[in-house]
Amino acid sequence: MEYEIVIGMEIHIELGTKTKIFCSCPTEFGQDENTHTCPVCLGMPGVLPVLNEKVVEYATRAGLALNCEIAHFSKMDRKNYFYPDLPKAYQTSQFDLPICTGGVVGIEVDGVKKDIGITRIHIEEDAGKLLHESADGTLLDVNRCGVPLIEIVTEPDLRSAEEARAFAEKVRNILEYTGVSDCKMEQGSMRFDVNLSIREKGCQVLGTRTEMKNLNSFRALIRAVQYESKRQIIELKKGRTIIQETRKWDDTKGTSSSLRSKEEAHDYRYFPEPDLVPIVLEPDYIEKIKSALPELPEAKKQRYIDEYKLPEYDAGVLTTTGVTARFFEDAVALYNEPKQISNWMMVEIPPLLKENELSMENISIAPAQLVALLKLVKNNEISGNTGKEVLKEMFSTGKNPGDIVKEKGLAQMSDSGELEAIIEKIVSDNPKSVEDIGAGNEKAYGFLTGQVMKATKGKANAQVANEIIRAVVAKHLA
Amino acid sequence: MELYQKTIHQINDLLDKKEVTVAEVTQAVVNRINTVEKATDAYLSLQTDDALEAAAAVDVELSGRAQKTPLEGIPYGLKDNMCTKGILTTCASKMLYNFNPPYNAAVYERLSEDGGILLGKTNMDEFAMGSSTENSAYKKTRNPWDLNKVPGGSSGGSAVAVAADTAFYSLGSDTGGSIRQPASFCGVVGMKPTYGLVSRYGLVAFASSLDQIGPFTKDVQDCALVLNAIVGHDSKDSTSLNLKKIDYSQNLKQGVKGLKIGVAKEFFGEGLQSEVRKSLEDAMAIYKTLGAEIVDVSFLHLDYALSAYYMISSAEASSNLARYDGIRYGFRAEEYNDLIDLYKKTRSQGFGDEVKRRIMLGTYALSSGYYDAYYKKAMQVRTIIKADFDQVFGGCDVLLTPTAPTTAFGIGEKTSNPLEMYLTDIYTVPVNIAGIPGVSIPCGLDNNGMPIGMQLLGPILSEETLLKVAWAFEHESGLTNLKAPLGTEV
Repeated sequence: MEYEIVIGMEIHIELGTKTKIFCSCPTEFGQDENTHTCPVCLGMPGVLPVLNEKVVEYATRAGLALNCEIAHFSKMDRKNYFYPDLPKAYQTSQFDLPICTGGVVGIEVDGVKKDIGITRIHIEEDAGKLLHESADGTLLDVNRCGVPLIEIVTEPDLRSAEEARAFAEKVRNILEYTGVSDCKMEQGSMRFDVNLSIREKGCQVLGTRTEMKNLNSFRALIRAVQYESKRQIIELKKGRTIIQETRKWDDTKGTSSSLRSKEEAHDYRYFPEPDLVPIVLEPDYIEKIKSALPELPEAKKQRYIDEYKLPEYDAGVLTTTGVTARFFEDAVALYNEPKQISNWMMVEIPPLLKENELSMENISIAPAQLVALLKLVKNNEISGNTGKEVLKEMFSTGKNPGDIVKEKGLAQMSDSGELEAIIEKIVSDNPKSVEDIGAGNEKAYGFLTGQVMKATKGKANAQVANEIIRAVVAKHLA
Repeated sequence: MELYQKTIHQINDLLDKKEVTVAEVTQAVVNRINTVEKATDAYLSLQTDDALEAAAAVDVELSGRAQKTPLEGIPYGLKDNMCTKGILTTCASKMLYNFNPPYNAAVYERLSEDGGILLGKTNMDEFAMGSSTENSAYKKTRNPWDLNKVPGGSSGGSAVAVAADTAFYSLGSDTGGSIRQPASFCGVVGMKPTYGLVSRYGLVAFASSLDQIGPFTKDVQDCALVLNAIVGHDSKDSTSLNLKKIDYSQNLKQGVKGLKIGVAKEFFGEGLQSEVRKSLEDAMAIYKTLGAEIVDVSFLHLDYALSAYYMISSAEASSNLARYDGIRYGFRAEEYNDLIDLYKKTRSQGFGDEVKRRIMLGTYALSSGYYDAYYKKAMQVRTIIKADFDQVFGGCDVLLTPTAPTTAFGIGEKTSNPLEMYLTDIYTVPVNIAGIPGVSIPCGLDNNGMPIGMQLLGPILSEETLLKVAWAFEHESGLTNLKAPLGTEV
């Protein structure tokens, strides 16, 4: 029997607003515990929330970028449950009237294109963090309380771990482009929940699903899907039924275990948040945000192919993240050699980033510096190989390529007079080679070129040197 | 008349003429507190030393100025569910026995900026849930007209402070009648403004969509003065209305000639004390002589208001009060085994019976499988009640009703029967459901000498009209700044 995996995802994204969703505390990550708090995000008696307008704007932008309908009328609701990281004992979220509905995101896995449906996107607040490692028992950090989130809920359209990954990457890519979130998974800015079930291939009815919460890396996402689908298939093959439950993924062990069953599931007692007014968006407001949306990855990729005549592969790599694309475009604006820039960005820069423990976001060279280097290579002032050395130096020192070339005397020797003298001497010292050439052995030219490079420590302009060698040899043979 | 017995505007006249100082006025009311507070128990905590100090400072401030603002230097009381920085704010609950808010309620902030002088925090039913102030975890406040009777609730302490002249005015909160009903029981003026008119920031929430802060005063003119001071948009409260400021005392004395005063039989039903009915009929007669027209109006769905109110208010309360879990502030049970046990024991020991009853009721009404039948249905009823009021106000300018079916009842008389207690709010609750304003003013005494209150209701933002209609009656009847017998005996 052939089985089919059916996956729906919920993606939580922390929005990149400067302040929290209901108060003016900063959202900055990595600060000392309990420093970014106030009576509002602490949920103290009598305080009231005020919705951050930027949150509505960012959620609208995200919805438009993911091809959703934006609701003209939506509202906030309370989701009630007790937990120490939730100071109000309810999470302010959206229940039946979310801000965005009905989107679609195209993905491609192994050359096969597919549309993934987005059911809805809603606005909500993040909870705090419990720190269990303390000797004093469990401690609470409320800095994250009230950091704005959007939750993206998909249709059960995904069929494999690869598709789930491709979708998640695509969403990250788009949202990072639109500037609504940095989508830094290591900081918890992007987290996945996976709903997974198995059914017989061709069957139209969905199987019983399980849910895995808070997967916080692509690796965890893939492994959790692989593990859980295998587990469910084995259960079914043994003739057992799948229990509807929430499961906890242990990324260290690479296994999942039951957290709570359907019977133990919370009754969240949702009801409309009486402390906030409904969110009413005028068509003009939505249109304004739509027209201000930046060029999205897909459109950008196509433009790179059409406008810069780049191969599809190059265009794809350069548009993976907004920062990479911006670097490329800044460089092209200074120096209209897209393919040369692309080659260096794809081949030379990645290993240097890795070596220096950097990323495109905090790369130590500016587009203008790369352009200066590429011009030196293009104008034969240095060779390609020397250029790579200079780039390495640029990464570690931040110096300009011209200065490095000057300091280290790396400029190519193109002066024919100087070269002629050297070559004259080498040809005279190697009569055997001249003889070989005379006998029709062209390979001897290679030997002579090698000798010239040796004598000039590789600085000789290879093209110029070859021309002179041929002329001098011809003179000797005459 | 003693200084402490006067109204705000009378004191203002004396202060403007420099015949008294704020320090003298404050000392007079502090002396009054020292004399009668042990009998009335209106306050949960007193700041009389700070008040006297503040009074002296206001005198210095005023010495260089010809005119003062209306509430500057006037001593007042605040219901203990409004946050006061550095001053205990307990909501009369064991749960918040040690809660010192690090922030101020918007109304307290406004009054402080106006130079108001806080005397203390007043007693109330725990978390404002109740109609007699008997649900306080700390003390029973007594009605100054008869110390064996309740002051009403939940803002009983605030009503008594004004009735017993231990404050010139006070603020209360009204979720289903908690200002108007105790005002009626204690013979003072009490107003619940339109929902959204006064900021709720820093008011410890009972039912967010119904709660509204309002004044208790000795007469209608004072009510307008206090309203002027506390009304206004607050960016910290999303439900606060952003309107142009008006002076509520400006058109107070314009009279009621040509106004249509509606009377609905639904407010004169079963359980209405005969003297209350009689007193209301006398009031109608007075209005007629003043040139107003009394018209019959009728509601279609008012019967459902009380049940809808208990569903909605309890549902919101169950969520609003969930934060009292013993983790971050307030009461925490001493012994517990684990997190769930900590929650259970803290909440079992920290809340009183009535609060627990409402939390359970509200939790049930919101539970999956019951939501549609209870909470959702109640919200639908709410829409219908609003429409009902709209329809009624299509035929009249204001509505005249009793504030409560009876005058104040005996302490302990209704504590064993919550449903009977809930029925005392039957005429006040629909007003909160509809979000409209209402004012209760004294309209007579019953055979036992207990005050009777009448309620004037109007459409959204009709406060100015309500006060005008109230003032006309007060002026004509002379039922103003009533003095409880306590005033002379103690």
